[in-house]
Amino acid sequence: MSTSPVVEEPETPPPTPGGARADLRPEHIREAVIRLAGNSQDGIQSAGAFLARLAGRSSQDVMTYMTIPSTISGGASIFQVRIGSGEVLSAGDEADFLVAFYQHSYDEHIHHLREGGVLLYDSDQVEPDPEEKRFVHVGVPITGLTIEALGGTAKDKGKNIFTLGLLSKIFNFDVEKLKKLITERFGGKSEDVLNTALMAFQSGFAYPVGNVLSRLYHFEPADASAQAQITMDGNQALAYGLIAAGVRYGAGYPITPWTSIMEILRSEFPKYGGLFVQAEDELGAVSLALGMSYAGNLSVTGSAGPGISLKTEAIGWASMAEIPLLVVNVQRGGPSTGLPTNVEQSDLYQAIFGGHGDSPRVVLAPRTVEDCFYVALEAARIARKYSTPVFILSDTSLATRIEAFDEPDLSGLMMNPAPDISPRDQEYKPYALDHLTHHAPPGSRMLGDKYPVVTGLEHDEMGHPTGSPKLHAAMTAKRRRKLQELAKEIAIPEIHGDPEGEMLLVGWGSTYGPISEAVNVARERGESLSSIHLRHIHPLPEGLAQIFSRFKRVLVIEMNDEGPYGYGQLASILRARFCDPKIHSLTKTDGLTFRVREILEGALK
Amino acid sequence: MTTAIAVPEEREKLTKKALTADHPTWCPGCGDFAVLAAYYKMLERRQLPQENIVTLAGIGCSSRFPYFVNTHGAHFIHGRAVPLASGVSLSRPDLHVFLFGGDGDGFSIGGNHLEHGARKNINLTYVIMDNFVYGLTKKQTSPTSPIGFKSKTDPTGAIDHPVNPMKKLISAGATFVARSHATQVNHMIQMMERAMDHQGFSVVEILSECVEFFPGAFDSSIPRKGGTYSLIDEKKWDDTPEDEARHDVTDEIAAYRLANLPFPGLFGVFYNIDRPTKNAMEKKWISDTRAKTGNRSDLEILQKTFDRMK
Repeated sequence: MSTSPVVEEPETPPPTPGGARADLRPEHIREAVIRLAGNSQDGIQSAGAFLARLAGRSSQDVMTYMTIPSTISGGASIFQVRIGSGEVLSAGDEADFLVAFYQHSYDEHIHHLREGGVLLYDSDQVEPDPEEKRFVHVGVPITGLTIEALGGTAKDKGKNIFTLGLLSKIFNFDVEKLKKLITERFGGKSEDVLNTALMAFQSGFAYPVGNVLSRLYHFEPADASAQAQITMDGNQALAYGLIAAGVRYGAGYPITPWTSIMEILRSEFPKYGGLFVQAEDELGAVSLALGMSYAGNLSVTGSAGPGISLKTEAIGWASMAEIPLLVVNVQRGGPSTGLPTNVEQSDLYQAIFGGHGDSPRVVLAPRTVEDCFYVALEAARIARKYSTPVFILSDTSLATRIEAFDEPDLSGLMMNPAPDISPRDQEYKPYALDHLTHHAPPGSRMLGDKYPVVTGLEHDEMGHPTGSPKLHAAMTAKRRRKLQELAKEIAIPEIHGDPEGEMLLVGWGSTYGPISEAVNVARERGESLSSIHLRHIHPLPEGLAQIFSRFKRVLVIEMNDEGPYGYGQLASILRARFCDPKIHSLTKTDGLTFRVREILEGALK
Repeated sequence: MTTAIAVPEEREKLTKKALTADHPTWCPGCGDFAVLAAYYKMLERRQLPQENIVTLAGIGCSSRFPYFVNTHGAHFIHGRAVPLASGVSLSRPDLHVFLFGGDGDGFSIGGNHLEHGARKNINLTYVIMDNFVYGLTKKQTSPTSPIGFKSKTDPTGAIDHPVNPMKKLISAGATFVARSHATQVNHMIQMMERAMDHQGFSVVEILSECVEFFPGAFDSSIPRKGGTYSLIDEKKWDDTPEDEARHDVTDEIAAYRLANLPFPGLFGVFYNIDRPTKNAMEKKWISDTRAKTGNRSDLEILQKTFDRMK
């Protein structure tokens, strides 16, 4: 509600028995940040997901943020939803509403509530500080009322849906749409489950919250002409992007936070006649995927950092043998097992340089959930055209957050998955030096009667092993030239903000939202601040030097360590590339996404 | 790009000449030459469409195989050839997948993949040329080196208990397990052919001498050097009293018993059962799933999924 602040109401009107007051008038707001804090087994993620999907269906912009404990079951967990009638770029630094299910939720998260914000708490579980006057306190016996509404056996399961009903009243949500969502979600299960959910929702909605809160809220309607919205998380967007990209085969091994992509692909690929295999380990997974790619089916493998380390040797083979392959890395905190459920962007060096020898590969990074979908298409296009491995660097925050985005025009996007096993003529050479390699997969008849062997040994144009110094130099250059050719066709990044000025922020990956929002906030204050966001990180697009030349300072923002010389991973690469001392670095390694405030402080100090 | 190419209607017979590619780089006298010759012979006999034969390998002396065979092929990295071959097999049912490698590649660095390829019963044929030594790196102890074998990494003699390939393969779940000898070309052809015809993970271990770094390793199994070469007598199921004593290839315990015989042991098929392949089960899952979607087009299926996410 930052654009239209709620008037502080330190005094709560006395409760009146007998339902909501008739004189409650909704206050119109443009956006709100709602943080649900509880334990992971309470289903707060699914309550949050309902809110996100509802916003998507109402053509509102939405972004979520969640933390999941890395414990097996249970543990403190939050889900934050930011819903807006305009563009929403980040999940919000501070919450306007905090829903606290437990005392620990209150203790941990009350300082994330902005002054004047509303604390909605389960009065059966939470005792707020009575001296605290900065917030509007709204206590509702959520546990007791849920048990009362649902009867004994469910215990307090259903608190999440009860709370959803409560929030629907407070925010004037479209109840019919929400009930429809609940029906879609639970309709496939037994009728009991659905009825219980609807009952919980109804009793939350019927609670006379007006007695303890003097104001209800109403979102300003979003642009009515807006396109249909799709609501999903980043891992879903990436998985469905791969399907649109004509990827039908792949293999993986479970690891947080990549796992949900392989789960989706395992179930989805067969619908399209394809197959995703759960391998015995990461080395097996990448090797299976390479077998599928070698057989003519562009394939995907993926993991998080530890698994990518294991796959590295085989990815080097893909560079050398020139086999197209998509490698998804959903980054988490490292090194080693690190922070399995937190976010970091510390695998950039690994993606670009991981592996022995000069083994060129392409590295792309999606900036939003929507972009996860489109990056998959771009990665597949590049892998096919250049017959080379392509990395997609996502991260925990993109993987787990839900956003609503314009429905893609699938009919214009779907790529053809069929392998090309047409006969090859006498002239065919698997590794011709004068043009890009396009392999003849097994099943292709070789009319010159010479069948090709693809290999990880250095080879001549026909694929014969060679130790020739000349050929090694020529083939190394051939593989490197793919990146140089690709760099020429990448669009120059758009500048957000003024095309020239005091400072340019440079970001990559999931920091797009907070960086863009920081630029907006600074410009509203009259400061000179602009930003660009890199989607193609290796190779870099051309034209960056010209952009940098128009700014006095360039500040690279990323979630990794500054290293021994004071520069983060992308900052180091840009400094090495442009030898420009005005390139500086803002990094952080707390395992959390950037807040807008942190970027502003770092940029304008 | 290839639509204009004229494809000859008539196919020439697949001969040894057509199947021969680069001249092998193996040392003179290496057992692998005979394995290669047996592979040519078997392919000649079977006359498969040349473009549908795939010859794959990992790393090692014997893993140079693909360069010497004029079929589609891939020379992969050390120890990972089983999953590579599995990827080819699972995504392309129209191909005949042959995999060649050595004892280090298969039983040491690739041991885990061997276990799981066997367990999943992936449809492919794997020929392991076992020479009891690392030859490409010039004489280090291998996982099958006998105790006491002096190598550069065990100068006073190997001390680690060697892998028993037959037992390892049977316990892992391979559904066709055979053993042959590089000095016995006809037997190798027979074993390879039966392995190829078997639906599932079929493995033939072939004792193939490294004349450079472990000469004489297999003398006790070569009759002209005073050894004994004995074949497994398989059951004929002919209701004769002699058949009682013969080996039932579907009997796992009996197979272990044969595998436990002291070196040189017996040659032939130790174990051969029918179990559904992963290929067949995945194929069924795919066709059932496709049927559930009403065999809709890719675009329609994805659009429907997106409609649910609105």
